[in-house]
Amino acid sequence: MKRGLAILIVVLTAALLAAGWLQAGGLKIQAERSGRTPDEAVRALMASIQARDWDRAYRGLDHSNDLQQADFVREIAGADGSLRTYSNLQSFDIWPVHASAGQAMLRVRLNWSSAVGSLAEVRDLQVVRSGDAWKVVWPRPNFAKVPLHVLPVNYLRWDVVGRRSDDWGTATVDSPQVRILSMNAVERPDSVVVVGEVENEDTVPAYLNISAALLKSDGSVLAQQDSFDAISHSLLPKQVSPYRIDFPGARLSQVKSVRIDAHPLLIPASADPVISVENQSVSKDALGRSILKGSLVNQSGQIVNIAQVLAVFYDTSGKAIWVSDGYVDQALQPQAPVPFAVDIPADVANRMHDYHVAVNHYTAPSA
Amino acid sequence: MMPLRTPQWWSYGLFLATLSTFLSAQEPALRVPATVSAGSPFAISVRGQGRGTLYLLGPSRALRREIEFGKDASISGDDVSSSGIYQVVVCAGGSCATKNLEVRPAPAKRLGFLLHPSRVPVSTRNAVNATAIAFDQHSNVVLAPADVTFRISPAGEKPIEKTVPTVLGIASFQMDSRASQGTLEVNAKLDDTTEPRVIQQVASEACGLRMTAVPAGTTITLQTDPIRDCKGNPLPDGTIVSFTKIDGAGKSTVDTPIKKDRAVAQFSVSGPARISVACGVVVGNEIAWGGRQ
Repeated sequence: MKRGLAILIVVLTAALLAAGWLQAGGLKIQAERSGRTPDEAVRALMASIQARDWDRAYRGLDHSNDLQQADFVREIAGADGSLRTYSNLQSFDIWPVHASAGQAMLRVRLNWSSAVGSLAEVRDLQVVRSGDAWKVVWPRPNFAKVPLHVLPVNYLRWDVVGRRSDDWGTATVDSPQVRILSMNAVERPDSVVVVGEVENEDTVPAYLNISAALLKSDGSVLAQQDSFDAISHSLLPKQVSPYRIDFPGARLSQVKSVRIDAHPLLIPASADPVISVENQSVSKDALGRSILKGSLVNQSGQIVNIAQVLAVFYDTSGKAIWVSDGYVDQALQPQAPVPFAVDIPADVANRMHDYHVAVNHYTAPSA
Repeated sequence: MMPLRTPQWWSYGLFLATLSTFLSAQEPALRVPATVSAGSPFAISVRGQGRGTLYLLGPSRALRREIEFGKDASISGDDVSSSGIYQVVVCAGGSCATKNLEVRPAPAKRLGFLLHPSRVPVSTRNAVNATAIAFDQHSNVVLAPADVTFRISPAGEKPIEKTVPTVLGIASFQMDSRASQGTLEVNAKLDDTTEPRVIQQVASEACGLRMTAVPAGTTITLQTDPIRDCKGNPLPDGTIVSFTKIDGAGKSTVDTPIKKDRAVAQFSVSGPARISVACGVVVGNEIAWGGRQ
C-alpha cells in the first residue's frame, strides 16, 4: 500500500513537471535548439540571443570563418556604453529567402527594445548544413582597428559662470537667439507632422526645444506637442538642426494654422566631438524600402557612446518635406567609420530632391 | 397781546437731550494733509472729545489704531513708504469719517537700469535698448520729470553722453550697435546715482566665406580663409562651419567649429567631386574637384 502511494506521488510529480515544461513552451524551445532545419537553426540562435546565452548562441554558429566568440558577443551585446548595451532582443521574425540541399538564406527582422524605444534591424543570414544539423554563418564583424597614436584635442568650451541677481535690469545675459528657418505641416496616414529647420544664430551655445500647436479655425488649440528627441537639442553657434513634431491622430483638414515656439536656454557646452557624415546615399534595403545610408566618423579622441542621425529631406523648391531620425546602436570609436541607415517614406522618396544630415550625440562623462 | 410763558424745567432737558443726540450722530471732524512724501511722518487730527479708531488703508499696508479726539495722531514714515492713494478712516460711536491722502514718491535716490540685449550683432539698427527707471529710497517710481544722463563707452572709442528726461519715471533710448565687435559700456546717471551696464557687440553673419582645398593622397584638406563678417570682425571660435562634398561615393558632410578664425575639414575623394561650404544660412564658394574651380 505504502509503495503504491509513493509510486503514485512520483508519477503525479513527473506529470506536473511535464505539463509545466509544455506550458512554458518547452517543445518549441527544444525544437528551436535542435537546428534540424535552417529555420530551426536561426530560431535557436535568436532564442539564445534573446536569453543572452552567448555560449549556446556561439555553439549554434558555423565556425568555418574563424569568428571569435568575443567579437560575436561584442557585436550582439554591444560595448563601450553603446545603445546596444541598453537593448534587449524583444522579438524576431524569420522569412526564407532561398534554400538548397546544403545551404539556405533566411531574412530575420530583429526587434530590439532599447533605452530610446524599439529599434528594428533586418539581417540576411546564411545557414549551412553540417552533418545532421544546420548552422548559421555569422559574418565576421569588421571592427575598425585604429593604430595607436596621439590625437591632440584642443577643443573649445563654453561655461556659464556667476549667479543671477534678482534686481531688475541686472541679469545681463540673455538666452541665445535662435531662428526657425523653415516650417512645414505635412499629413501622414495616421498623423499630422510639422517638420523644418532651426538655427542658433547667436555666438553662444543653446539648448533648444521646439513646441508647436495646431490651431482650429476658431483659434482654439487642437493639439500641442514638442519635438521630443527629433531635434538636435544642443546647438553650437550657427549650427542648424532639423526638427520634427508628431501629432498622432490629427488631420490636416482640421487645422487652420500652426503656432510654433522655440525655447532656447543658455548652457555650458563643448565643441567636441566633431562627427562627419560620410558617403551618404539613398538606396533600397532588403525589404525594398528607401533608406538613406552612410557612415559616421568620430573625428575626436573620445568615444561617443550613442549617436543619433537626423535627416531632413527637401523637395525641388528647397522646402523641407520630411525629417527622419535613427539611432546608431554602436559606439563611435575615434576615427572609425560606423554605418547608419534611416528610413525614407515612399512618397517622400519620390518627391525628394536633396537632403541634409545632422548628428546628435551622447557621450558619458569620463571618469 | 399774548403773555410770555416762562419755560418749564422739562423743556430745557428735552432740548439738551436732542442736541446731545444730534452731536453724537455727527461724523468725527477729520483733518488730513492732502499730500505727503513717501516715508515722511505726518499727523492726523480729529476735532472734538472722546476716543475713536483710526484706519489707514494703503496700497501695500493697512494700519489700525485707537486715537483720542482733539489730539494729533502721528503716523510714522514707515507706514506710508509706498506711494499711492491712501484712505484715512476714523470711526467712533457707530459712524465713520473718511478722507483720501495722496502719498507721492520721495526724491529719486536709485536707478533701475536695463541695457538690452546682452549680446548684439555689430552694425544693427536700433538694436541696443537702454531703459532707466528712477526710484526713490522706498523703491517707488519717481513720476516727477528728471534728467538721466547716459554715458556710452564703446570699446576703443571716445565716450559720448546723452541726456534723456524721464517721462512718468522712465527714460529710454535706442541706438545702433557699432561696426566693431567688443564691449559697449553704458552708465546711467541721475544726480549722485550711477548704474553701469556692459553688453557685448558680436560679429554678425559671415561675409565672403571662402575655402581652399589642398590634396594629400586620396584625401583633401579644406580650409577656409579667416572668416569675418561684412565689417571685418572675425567670427568667434566655436562657430560651426558646414562642409559638403558630393562625389561618386555619395554625399559627405561635416560640421566643424572655427578655431583661430578658420575652419578645417578633411575628406577622402573618389573621382570628381563638388565641395561647398556654409556657415549658418550663409553659403560660401564651391570647388569642383577634378575639374575647374
